Amino acid sequence: MIIFATLRMSIRALRRNTLRTLLTMLGIIIGVGAVIAMVSIGNGAKAQVEAQIASLGQNVILVMSGNFSRGGFAMGFGSMPTLTKEDYESIRREVSGVAASSPEVRTAAQIAVGSQNINSSILGVGDEYPDVRSWPIASGAIFTEQDVRGANKVAVIGKTTATTLFGEGDPVGQIIRIKNAPFVVTGLLSSKGMSMMGQDQDDIVLVPYTSAMKRLSGVTTFRSFQIKSVSSEAVTEVQQQITDLLRQRHKIEPGKDDDFLVRTQQEITQTATEASRVMTLLLGSIASVSLLVGGIGIMNIMLVSVTERTREIGIRLAVGARSRDILLQFLIEAIALSLVGGILGIFLGMGGSTLVSSKMGWATLISMDSIVISFLFSGAIGIFFGFYPARKAAQLDPIDALRYE
Amino acid sequence: MKAEANGHPVIQLDEMSKTYHTGEVDVHAVRGVSLTVKPGEFLAIMGASGSGKSTMMNIIGCLDRPTGGRYLLDGVDVNDLNRDELALLRNQKLGFVFQGFNLLSRTSALENVELPMLYNRDGMSSREQRERGLKALEMVGLSDRADHHPNQLSGGQQQRVAIARSLVNEPKLLLADEPTGNLDSHTSIEIMGIFQKLNRQGMTVVMVTHELDIARYTMRNVVMRDGRVVSDVPVANRLDAADELEKLRAEQQAIQLAP
Repeated sequence: MIIFATLRMSIRALRRNTLRTLLTMLGIIIGVGAVIAMVSIGNGAKAQVEAQIASLGQNVILVMSGNFSRGGFAMGFGSMPTLTKEDYESIRREVSGVAASSPEVRTAAQIAVGSQNINSSILGVGDEYPDVRSWPIASGAIFTEQDVRGANKVAVIGKTTATTLFGEGDPVGQIIRIKNAPFVVTGLLSSKGMSMMGQDQDDIVLVPYTSAMKRLSGVTTFRSFQIKSVSSEAVTEVQQQITDLLRQRHKIEPGKDDDFLVRTQQEITQTATEASRVMTLLLGSIASVSLLVGGIGIMNIMLVSVTERTREIGIRLAVGARSRDILLQFLIEAIALSLVGGILGIFLGMGGSTLVSSKMGWATLISMDSIVISFLFSGAIGIFFGFYPARKAAQLDPIDALRYE
Repeated sequence: MKAEANGHPVIQLDEMSKTYHTGEVDVHAVRGVSLTVKPGEFLAIMGASGSGKSTMMNIIGCLDRPTGGRYLLDGVDVNDLNRDELALLRNQKLGFVFQGFNLLSRTSALENVELPMLYNRDGMSSREQRERGLKALEMVGLSDRADHHPNQLSGGQQQRVAIARSLVNEPKLLLADEPTGNLDSHTSIEIMGIFQKLNRQGMTVVMVTHELDIARYTMRNVVMRDGRVVSDVPVANRLDAADELEKLRAEQQAIQLAP
């Protein structure tokens, strides 16, 4: 028997009971929709993480100060003051393959201009910081090396800080007061937008690290160094040199743990994408459970349908249908059910993920892969869950089937 | 639909028997029946319920296989065939007409008639199927009802659709299982008229019935009891459906004209 004729027959059978067909498909619709929406949310998060890490700058190596632990609790890297100015200077001096570098100290303080004030985070950095982070200056310039050496009261401010303090006017050349000390604004950073944690990255003030340590926070050690290598090939080499140098400077005996942490951008990317991959997988597998339930729904209705249509099967067998014709008929019906459900589910998933991204502001990314896979998967569900009822129909005895009331 | 020119019978049963094993008891439904039906015959199998006539019908119709003896349908030994080969045989050589019509509801008369061609292995075009379906409906006088669904048709019309369906693959043998069982006497005679017409055109017809007057429209009556053939005689005063219908009409007119 021609597949096409069977398909037409199956679609007619399904249209005969539209409500039941729709309810049966609902499981698959929701299942596929959930998988697509969940995977798109996971992929969106992953893409965002990747973009975030790329925004750290190219070929960046991060050196964090040691892991301070007290009573068995690790406080996280950066909590122990192990990175000194001398460490930084020796890295600058002795490590080859460094394109640009900057140390970083962090503090927060009230910043005021006239009656306006804002509580921005203040980063004490070197003059190469915008270069390391690939973060261009929009207007004016970064402070100079002399400013750093002299611990001058100069600052470069972010977009949000500038807008809050100066409105739309150009902040370059203006004076801002940080902890009551007047700082001259030398430049305005270009806008970077929200971070993935939802922080405004433009609410920031960069000052020379010397000024920050001496005039603002009083700390003498750094939270981290950010070092940009000359090329992506040189990253590992530079990382090794830094590790060796710092172990030597910190007099760490062989076999003992580092009191600092050197991470390349690739390593950070890997960790983060692995985390979001696991999240995508988790969301996807929870959603697939509903696909499974949908498949069982199809099997259930197909079994009912086979019983209801026993007489029809008997008639078909009597006029010469072979077992495989009957099998094919019911199998195609189940596959049609699940595929149409799958297509509707794809639309539902796309709609759902668009809704999520517009209403909740989450990044979503619908991949062609997830659409193709869920379409094929719903077809496979049709075959898997349709096979048993179809086989049951095909194995009916023609006499019993004809006699069935 | 011409009678077979060559000699071999349409049905040849040699000591055919059928035993059902239900639980611990063996039920001997048919106990060694030998029967030959030649091309162009019109046969009625009769008997009370439990006489084995339905089992005979199922076996002749290749819906079931005998447990003993031999059954040759149009020269083909059915015992050797598997399920799919039996299906092919039913499709190509047999036409079924049932007591309860057994039409697919919510499917038009034409589509019901086309059903056997769906399982025809010759791969007919859908246009050819349609043409043959319409031709078969014309043969039973229902070409104007092709698009009607079974629930829009009377019992007699439904049975005629079923006859059209049984004819569409040009079978060797028409099998009718109590074809008039659900019909009033007038419609029954009409249906018998169709069978007689087909038989005159050369179709071999085997019918199961328990109505004596219906059996008188056939050529030969086989009576069964307890799984055996107890009598096998030609019909002496054969009724002609056209004459009987004419008689009925005259009677009705007489009643209407009576004061």
